[in-house]
Amino acid sequence: MYKYSDFDADFVAERNAQFRGQVERRISGALTEDEFKPLRLMNGLYLQLHAYMLRVAVPYGTLNSRQMTKLADIADRWDKGYGHFTTRQNIQFNWPKLRDVPDILDALADVQMHAIQTSGNCIRNVTADHFAGAAADEIADPRPVAELIRQWSTDHPEFQFMPRKFKIAITGAASDRAVTKAHDIGLRIVERDGEEGFEVVVGGGLGRTPMIGKVLRDFLPRADLLAYLEATVSTWNQIGRRDNKYKARIKITVHELGIDTIREQVEARFEKLRPTYSGVDQALLADIEDQFAAPEFASRDVDAYDIAYRNDPVFRSWADTNLTPHMAEGHTIVSISLKAHGQTPGDATSDQMRVMASLAKRFGYDELRVSHEQNVILPHVHMADLPQIHAELKKAGLATANIGLVSDIIACPGMDYCALATARSIPIAQQIATRFDELKLENDIGELKIKISGCINACGHHHVGHIGILGLDRAGVENYQITLGGDATETAEIGSRVGPGFSYEEILPALERLIAAYLTLRETSGETFLETYRRLGAAPFKAALYPETKANAA
Amino acid sequence: MARQFTPKVVTANALIEGDVIYLTDRDMWTRDMHMAELITDEAHAQLRLLDAQRRPSEAVGAYLADAAPGPNGPEPTHFREDFRRRGPSNYAHGKQEGRAYV
Repeated sequence: MYKYSDFDADFVAERNAQFRGQVERRISGALTEDEFKPLRLMNGLYLQLHAYMLRVAVPYGTLNSRQMTKLADIADRWDKGYGHFTTRQNIQFNWPKLRDVPDILDALADVQMHAIQTSGNCIRNVTADHFAGAAADEIADPRPVAELIRQWSTDHPEFQFMPRKFKIAITGAASDRAVTKAHDIGLRIVERDGEEGFEVVVGGGLGRTPMIGKVLRDFLPRADLLAYLEATVSTWNQIGRRDNKYKARIKITVHELGIDTIREQVEARFEKLRPTYSGVDQALLADIEDQFAAPEFASRDVDAYDIAYRNDPVFRSWADTNLTPHMAEGHTIVSISLKAHGQTPGDATSDQMRVMASLAKRFGYDELRVSHEQNVILPHVHMADLPQIHAELKKAGLATANIGLVSDIIACPGMDYCALATARSIPIAQQIATRFDELKLENDIGELKIKISGCINACGHHHVGHIGILGLDRAGVENYQITLGGDATETAEIGSRVGPGFSYEEILPALERLIAAYLTLRETSGETFLETYRRLGAAPFKAALYPETKANAA
Repeated sequence: MARQFTPKVVTANALIEGDVIYLTDRDMWTRDMHMAELITDEAHAQLRLLDAQRRPSEAVGAYLADAAPGPNGPEPTHFREDFRRRGPSNYAHGKQEGRAYV
């Protein structure tokens, strides 16, 4: 994986020193809060409901064991012994004290991490397929390009004060695991006539005005990427709506002007910018690519796996749900669920982080990934090591066999932490997971993506959940709206709201009715919830959610 | 007839810790909502908010939150303020940590 150059290390150290000075001046009274706020946000520091929150970037979701261990140490020394992995592949600490944050940033810098551009109206942490570099269905590892984009966008002088934040996601596989169509720019590595390039999608996004991105360029030659990105972002930077925060994102610009107009403007700008790229970026990219070279995958027999799979039903169940095919023979991708039934989605204790780090170091070529689905991945594992890995995960409470199932829920922090939230998300997720575990229905229900947001900003991706739940404040009471039919993958779709919301007490029974209806309605046990919904439409699900309406109408 | 004024407390977050704090009638900050000054007059509420905003080295983001009188002092009227005075619901962290909050 990428290692900081001297330039990178000096840059981060200097930024940290600047922030240390800013914190000191804020505490001494030399800076007002209005002056300090943009400075702390540039360094990922928010003030939330109960405390400060520090959002640390995990660039394109990649970590090594040393970095994961450092996150554990930070959680113990300066926080409450845990961290929260987010839907943008970041990690958040919920309880830092202002005075300690400069020390935390220095600790992060020790392992080549930072919190720069995890907030503010700039280009945010570039996210990527969490199986990048490992998945069997991949054309190319997208992470070198993601790193190039990070270097280009970090402290980019033109893009520090944009109309609004800007999010880029990239995938190198046909299966979209990075929600690229719900990003300001989504990039997909594609091949045409033997040449590698990008499909560029623009104007996707969730939030209060959800949009699926539209294709801006169906094939962009690889070498033109930065010039084209710069053309796109700078076009929007000039014409994006600064008069209205809610209309400032590029999705609105694309929607209002139309994709063809945007394309014309971007292409015209691109023609001007292209000659200014001398090829330095491509030389840099080649250097970055060397650092992402795949490990030498060991060749061993997989007997240990076969024996455990045959004899241990708990192991078998875990292997059936939590493994994904790997590109190298004898290897697999392990998803470690941070969704133990009844626990907070995405939270890991410092001890759990150390266990994951240790497993990565001993069995996983020293690599870890964070997924936007709030789980942690061991991307390269030999099958023979799985029984040992499973045993250690189990001891740490990390062997929940539920990837992709009803309890593998995405949930934003909601009103338990977030100052913007209008309702709680976490306890809803906890209740759903606990209930379906009690019912022992998870495996029978099969693939089902529930996604919960505690406000309209949609950090919990509810619009693209097969079942989406949006928590709102209705006349001083928490109220939960259900959307159905959303899809976060290459066949992305925004879910549709089915009807009036449910109270905090009513939402779990409503979901039970909904899922019971699906079990009755599906044609075969292999038909997923989403497939059944697409075949039948909303009506039968609506009837299950609102039985009294049906009774009244009869 | 003029709309009746809903009683308020002045609340903010502490600059260093980020803790939820409330302004008392003795111009001190407290972490216990019951100890806060319950303000029943609109003009006085505005003055007290200005008082709080003049203390930027102690408090961040001061605002007036709706409250109601209770047997032990002011009580929240909205669930958001109830969470703020207590802490998150997934862990016994925040104000609920280590001591009773009611």
